[in-house]
Amino acid sequence: MEVGPTTHYAMGGVRVDGDTQMSCVPGLFAAGECAAGLHGANRLGGNSLSDLLVFGKRAGEYASAFAKEHEHGTVDEAYVASLQRESLAPIDRGGGGDGENAYIVQKDLQDTMQDLVGIVRNSDDLQLALERIAALRARARAVVAPGNREYNPGWHTALDLHNLLAVSEAVTLAAQLRKESRGAHTRTDYPEKDAAFGKVNSVIRRADDGSLQVRHEQLVPLRDELSQVIEEVG
Amino acid sequence: MARRDFKVWRGKDESAGFQNYSTDVTEGMVVLDCVHQIQAESAPDLAARWNCKAGKCGSCSAEINGMPRLMCMTRMSDLPEDGPVTIEPMRAFPLIADLVSDVSWNYRVKERIAPFKPRKPDAPDGTWRMQQEDIDRVQEFRKCIECFLCQDVCHVLRDHHKHDEFIGPRFLVYAAALEMHPLDTADRIGSLKEEQGIGYCNITKCCTKVCPENITITDNAIIPLKERVADRFYDPIARLLRLFKKK
Repeated sequence: MEVGPTTHYAMGGVRVDGDTQMSCVPGLFAAGECAAGLHGANRLGGNSLSDLLVFGKRAGEYASAFAKEHEHGTVDEAYVASLQRESLAPIDRGGGGDGENAYIVQKDLQDTMQDLVGIVRNSDDLQLALERIAALRARARAVVAPGNREYNPGWHTALDLHNLLAVSEAVTLAAQLRKESRGAHTRTDYPEKDAAFGKVNSVIRRADDGSLQVRHEQLVPLRDELSQVIEEVG
Repeated sequence: MARRDFKVWRGKDESAGFQNYSTDVTEGMVVLDCVHQIQAESAPDLAARWNCKAGKCGSCSAEINGMPRLMCMTRMSDLPEDGPVTIEPMRAFPLIADLVSDVSWNYRVKERIAPFKPRKPDAPDGTWRMQQEDIDRVQEFRKCIECFLCQDVCHVLRDHHKHDEFIGPRFLVYAAALEMHPLDTADRIGSLKEEQGIGYCNITKCCTKVCPENITITDNAIIPLKERVADRFYDPIARLLRLFKKK
């Protein structure tokens, strides 16, 4: 029997306000695993249940309040049409059948992340991963999905690729810039905890040119009794 | 590793039928792994429903070599190697496409069953007292993952299409869990007999045989419900007593 490490939870996520759970996109709320929340550098079994009970309730309440206070936004029809074209592109390209297979691109991305951005990381591997992700992104633009829109897993995989690539790149960039070892993030080139990194979150944003930008943002200092608990637990 | 052949149901209308595929099978693979591999290698638009890959979500129900089973819990090593493995959608429900059938009839049936109605709390703090054996009795029914394989195999639905008159083994289990619940006060016996067609079940036990959670559907759920129906409607002494009561 093969035994290996696997990903069972993403510890980063959509950046939201701690009270309202609203992201920097007005009216977009996130709670649970998709949101960056309490668990920082680690996540213990059972945490997600309490997380989504508390923050799911908050997100629901604030979303309801937000909806009551705000009018419907206007929809940019041209933008919707461009997204539609983009989404259907793999099917439109798929007629001939010659083109990149979305499943193979996904598999290659998984292999890249497993080999280079796993539990134990180093600068060279992470740099190589960024190069491979860029190459995979070019391949993802050429995937084809034979068939039609109904229940077509090949098409769904083609659509998923864009998100998989974005998340993979964000994880790799954040790992590259966090030059320390902490929680589930272990760097062989920086094996120790660094107190300065203990005070920052990595915030990743897509810039106007489409690139992902990472900045380290200061954490709100913990209340004394809480930081004492963390000191005690280590 | 060995190359294995598969006959997979494709399509949704008159032209639907089996198509041949083959893929490499390694040790430990289940049928769902093979379906995913076939999707990745040769049939990217092959529709199949799945989610947990651990036999707990009840999504990947199909008919494998003619037997209703979960694709994720059917090991390739348990299937005969001398011929292709056939994979078809559940036949008791309308086909959507390929391996996906429309199971929404089940959701509508569930809404017709009287919901849980607890008696008043019997302790001052608003809680109830129950006997452990009364609780143990219904635990088995709560293991149901709603894969609907029991519905698929039931000849009353599958062959006789009594979907309008019979709720099927899954919902007899559901009704039994409620009827036997030590706190419940609702009465489902009349509707089980009339609208829900419990009499159609002739206890062939096919449902018990295919249940991936090994719920003893026929013996522990359906037969006790049939007994309750018989007690109420067919017990000659009780009928006699009712006759006198009416006067």
